Amino acid sequence: MALVIDLLSWSLLSIGGIFILIGGIGVLRLPEFYTRMHAASLTDSMGTILILVGIMLQSGASLATIKLIAILVFMLLTGPTATYALANAALLSGMKPGGSAAANGED
Amino acid sequence: MEWLGLYNYWVFAIVLMLGIYTVIAKGNLIKKLLGLSIFQSAVFLLYITMDKVDGGTAPIIEAGVSNQVFSNPLPQVLILTAIVVGISTMALGLAIVVRIKEAYGSIEEHEIQAKDEYR
Amino acid sequence: MMVLFSVFLLTLLVITAIAIIRTTDLFVAVMLTGIFSLLMASVFFILDAADVALTEAAVGAGISTVLFLGALALTGHNERSLRPGRWLAVPVVVAAALIVYATFDNPRLGDPEAPVHQHVAPWYLEQTPELIDIPNVVTAILGSFRGYDTLGEVFVVLTAAIGVMMLLGTRHGSAASPVRPASASNGLRHHLIPRVLGRLLIPFIVLFGLYVQFHGEYGPGGGFQAGALVAAAIILYALLEGEGPALTVVPLSTIAAMMAGGALLYVLVGLAGIVLGGNFLDYSVLLSNPVSGQHLGILLIELGVGVTVCGCLLSIFHAFAARDIH
Repeated sequence: MALVIDLLSWSLLSIGGIFILIGGIGVLRLPEFYTRMHAASLTDSMGTILILVGIMLQSGASLATIKLIAILVFMLLTGPTATYALANAALLSGMKPGGSAAANGED
Repeated sequence: MEWLGLYNYWVFAIVLMLGIYTVIAKGNLIKKLLGLSIFQSAVFLLYITMDKVDGGTAPIIEAGVSNQVFSNPLPQVLILTAIVVGISTMALGLAIVVRIKEAYGSIEEHEIQAKDEYR
Repeated sequence: MMVLFSVFLLTLLVITAIAIIRTTDLFVAVMLTGIFSLLMASVFFILDAADVALTEAAVGAGISTVLFLGALALTGHNERSLRPGRWLAVPVVVAAALIVYATFDNPRLGDPEAPVHQHVAPWYLEQTPELIDIPNVVTAILGSFRGYDTLGEVFVVLTAAIGVMMLLGTRHGSAASPVRPASASNGLRHHLIPRVLGRLLIPFIVLFGLYVQFHGEYGPGGGFQAGALVAAAIILYALLEGEGPALTVVPLSTIAAMMAGGALLYVLVGLAGIVLGGNFLDYSVLLSNPVSGQHLGILLIELGVGVTVCGCLLSIFHAFAARDIH
């Protein structure tokens, strides 16, 4: 039983890590701001859930698991809000989605 | 591997010098303050590196468990004070920069000095 | 395994520091400083300094970023300095090489025979269960063994806040200040999602701040971190709803009372030690049982520290936010 839990948490942590890596590569390689934010939002949804569930499996049924659930809820609430606030600020300051990076004045 | 035990100190040296370089070489006042805060963080890194003991844990004594190895609590106390003092001086420095901007119209060192020469 | 982690984080630290120096957009530099503080907090945690990591994350990555952004809004965020002469890099590199050469004599990371672990620290670790009997040794040293230093630190924070108030002024609605445009003090009124979520989360942040305050004797925590957390919650409210409602919730008179009251509480606890027959800041005489006296003393002064730090950070924020953008 302990072996199954270990294997499960290992695989969850690795897959979460892969998602975060994909998000990072996306932020670097995608052409403009709104597409990059799509990539960055990967890290605060799938990456967070998979990694925190993997750690929860490791810590079993203890106080640490409840704290991790609280952290997961908090991050699921604030991560997408931050993405929304960023996109809203960009839209209000005049950046149009779908334009090329040079038209939007970024590197 | 010997260098693994010294890597913290080398990073401390590099970040310290990067902070000082920012303070002396950049003309923008807020950039200088940012360099100062990097410099402070490097010093914190040095002190907290000194407090680690192999196999130790954070210095929180659990009742009923004896013969635990703890990391040294004394540098942590010093750095707690230093962090708070650092942010106080940073806030005061930022207030001075805001007043300089209002008085001179710019926060670039060469423009401020040019304005001063004409007075 | 942990060593690889810390090597990775330290390398990221150096890369972030270089990026802060090289960028010319100050807004980007401030954001990178926030990331730098967070990386520093992770490194502190790996090096077993839990209290320091909490303080660096709350104060360095949280409050410091807000203060820098407040100053940037007033000064403008592009750097236009002249290119510095390349010769300035030479003495810097020479000095760095000298320090690296000097570090070869240092004790290796984690060496238990290092001189720093020999004299005072084992005494503190042994005597804390007998004399003070609280689990968190760092709070015991901060509050009781070295309480005088913490008194000085509280007064440094108070002085900085008074200095900022004198420089930037906090007069509202006086005849001398021009009328501010209505949109400037509206906060993020038309952003619905952050407002809803902020209102949902602010009570929990304040609750967590109170937990950190009173739990500082049993785990990582204490007055500074708690003060920074509660101040961050109220600053979040000010950013979301606008400065006017935030000043209705916690008015300037309350903030001034908090600033002075916390420091006053600390000094009064110290004087109570003298009045009851001991030395200044001697908590053993506060109650009949010396160990309970220590508990009471540490509780009261941590409360004083938390209240003062919260009030000072709030007053600094309001001083920056109230300044008119020219």
